[in-house]
Amino acid sequence: MSSRSSNFLLKSLTLPNGDISDIEISDGVITATGKSLTSKDQSTELDFAGRIVLPGLVDLHTHLREPGKEDAETVLSGSRAAAKGGFVAISAMANTSPVADTAGVVEQVFALGQSAGFVDVFPIGAVTQGLVGETLSEIGAMADSRARVRIFSDDGNCVHDPLVMRRALEYVKQFDGVIAQHAQDPRLTIGSQMNEGEISSKLGLKGWPAVAEEAIIARDVLLADHVKSRLHICHLTTAGGVEIIRWAKARGINVTAEVTPHHLLLSDEYAQSYDPIFKVNPPLRTQRDIEALREGLADGTIDIVATDHAPHPAEAKECEWQEAAFGMLGLETALAIVNQTMVQTGLMNWEAVAERMSIAPARIGKYSQHGLPIEVGSVANLTIIDPLAKYRVDRDLVSSRSRNTPFHAMELQGVIQATFFRGLPTLLNGELISINSYDDN
Amino acid sequence: MKHLLSINDLTKFEAIEILNTAQELARISDGPMKKLPTLRGRTIVNLFAEDSTRTRISFEAAAKRLSADVINFSAKGSSISKGESLKDTAQTLQAMGADAVIIRHSASGAAQRLADSRWMSGAVINAGDGTHEHPSQALLDAFTIRKHLAKSDEDLNGLRIVIVGDVLHSRVARSNVLLLSKLGAHVTLVAPPTLLPVGVESWPCQTSYDLDSVLKSADAVMMLRLQMERMSELFFPSAREYSRYFGLNGDRLRLLKKDAIVMHPGPMNRGLEITADAADGARSVIVEQVANGVSVRMAILYMLLAGSTKIGNLL
Repeated sequence: MSSRSSNFLLKSLTLPNGDISDIEISDGVITATGKSLTSKDQSTELDFAGRIVLPGLVDLHTHLREPGKEDAETVLSGSRAAAKGGFVAISAMANTSPVADTAGVVEQVFALGQSAGFVDVFPIGAVTQGLVGETLSEIGAMADSRARVRIFSDDGNCVHDPLVMRRALEYVKQFDGVIAQHAQDPRLTIGSQMNEGEISSKLGLKGWPAVAEEAIIARDVLLADHVKSRLHICHLTTAGGVEIIRWAKARGINVTAEVTPHHLLLSDEYAQSYDPIFKVNPPLRTQRDIEALREGLADGTIDIVATDHAPHPAEAKECEWQEAAFGMLGLETALAIVNQTMVQTGLMNWEAVAERMSIAPARIGKYSQHGLPIEVGSVANLTIIDPLAKYRVDRDLVSSRSRNTPFHAMELQGVIQATFFRGLPTLLNGELISINSYDDN
Repeated sequence: MKHLLSINDLTKFEAIEILNTAQELARISDGPMKKLPTLRGRTIVNLFAEDSTRTRISFEAAAKRLSADVINFSAKGSSISKGESLKDTAQTLQAMGADAVIIRHSASGAAQRLADSRWMSGAVINAGDGTHEHPSQALLDAFTIRKHLAKSDEDLNGLRIVIVGDVLHSRVARSNVLLLSKLGAHVTLVAPPTLLPVGVESWPCQTSYDLDSVLKSADAVMMLRLQMERMSELFFPSAREYSRYFGLNGDRLRLLKKDAIVMHPGPMNRGLEITADAADGARSVIVEQVANGVSVRMAILYMLLAGSTKIGNLL
């Protein structure tokens, strides 16, 4: 691949603010912007008229399954899926096997990400050893490691013991870390299968009450206020949760929140098929919740979109609902769903999309090379989307190693045209390319 | 109609057709030639992934009276207990040429999964899936109610049916609410609030916490089985307290109208949800429900596998 250029001139892009601009990239950095830029020698010129350019997308919630469940996903396959979805940085959740609760595991995952060369893979450290909620992990060692971990989460499990949560919130203050809480009261959700309401009552599937999520959010914003630390709420799903976050922010509490693309689009009515492709934790909620989540994302109560990309092998979903694993793929379809549910509906403009999917997640995770403005001097991490093109999702064409997308056969609007990671295209003309393949130069 | 997974699969007309067919089949069963040749050469599998004696035997008797070959596939000692997936079991049954699978399973929706998947092509009959539905039980209950109480063969208009007990976990209750309301009856569910599902207000029925107040106007009272482990799950304080407020006993029997009937899908917990004088008294139709079950299940197999409810054509 030594013939590949590392200088690019991207023509006629639409910036998030609506202005039309060319972008020149040299040696990984944006070196010029403006109209009618001309190509230098040996640079590749690409025409992107009518396409939107965003600061490269950053995901704060990704399950990569490596180490331990490489049949479902690896750091490499997940990185490829991420690049295909327009991401330049993803955050690997700690619920691997072994759990990412030591410096050794997070350094391994970080290194695997760097050698894959499609995105930055930032490991998230476990809050508690083995994710069991009892003893704190070696949080300081993970923060100090080469992986520079700043986000800690027991995701998949809730840090349900209020004392453990308090201590964790306090402890991460020393390096301005953040605890990302999976808000789920375990006692209120024993055996729970789907949102508790009309549909669960008819299907005879054990209900998962909204209050199980909201009670933990309420407790934790109060704890974060008390110890003056930083709290992030993973995958908000309920209208009540949005209200609590809104209230907490009005009080000046340092809390941020995320919503997943699937919770912006799908309601619990999909469970009526009993097809566990729609089984996810936290569960799909009602249309009313969806409206509240969209409104919260639009007004900034919800800070970011995060995918909760959760690959599973076929056998984990080809079974009875209650036997099936929780989780769905998300990386490759995230931006299209945000485009469809938020932009095309007029709820959000592209500046807000840039904020929610790049700038704010980079800020929360302290990812200093990401979420930068599209201007001269910034690292050239860019995502380019055709917002009008439509495509039909095909689970057989995903880059992830698993196929559990709930959007199979659905038509989505918004096609990722290119992803630039450190100034090099990881996705271009439908082709995925590792930046490490350019090193031969 | 290819499968019977939920009462929602049936129109009112189809439900009445099944009851009429069952009535006709019951008449034939009382005659000298109990067995009909209708399903000769057809293979029906009883796939019981959850323990159940009465429903399995009832379906088996129904299939045999229609001359079908019946294969019983039960949880204990089978590949299911060794962790075989539903998919592999279904594909195995398909390979063996099952024309219909009667499935009992602890997972809600298991029957629908079997029907919607491409794992097998035969008819699927739900014989109870988790806490979802048990449509053949509701049909036999409607058959029994119609026989005793209905003014017309076409509906159950005006009848008041009270269903008492653990509605939350009851597939019998779910199917009965759907079917009896579809046929025109007024259904009232009686249970402690802990045993009524959140969302029950969207069901086509009424609810009450006070059994005594609804018994006076009831035409039929159907008691649900209460599983003792519900007590440890905090649904009620003690068996004694449950019986006191929600059990059918001699005193409550006396509140009922003259012609009212007492029903129970079985198996009963005598002394818990029902006392011996209620279970064995003159109003009880509990044993008759079992007999009706065979006729109704014959009618279901008839309708799904013979593709007709016109018995004359098939004799």
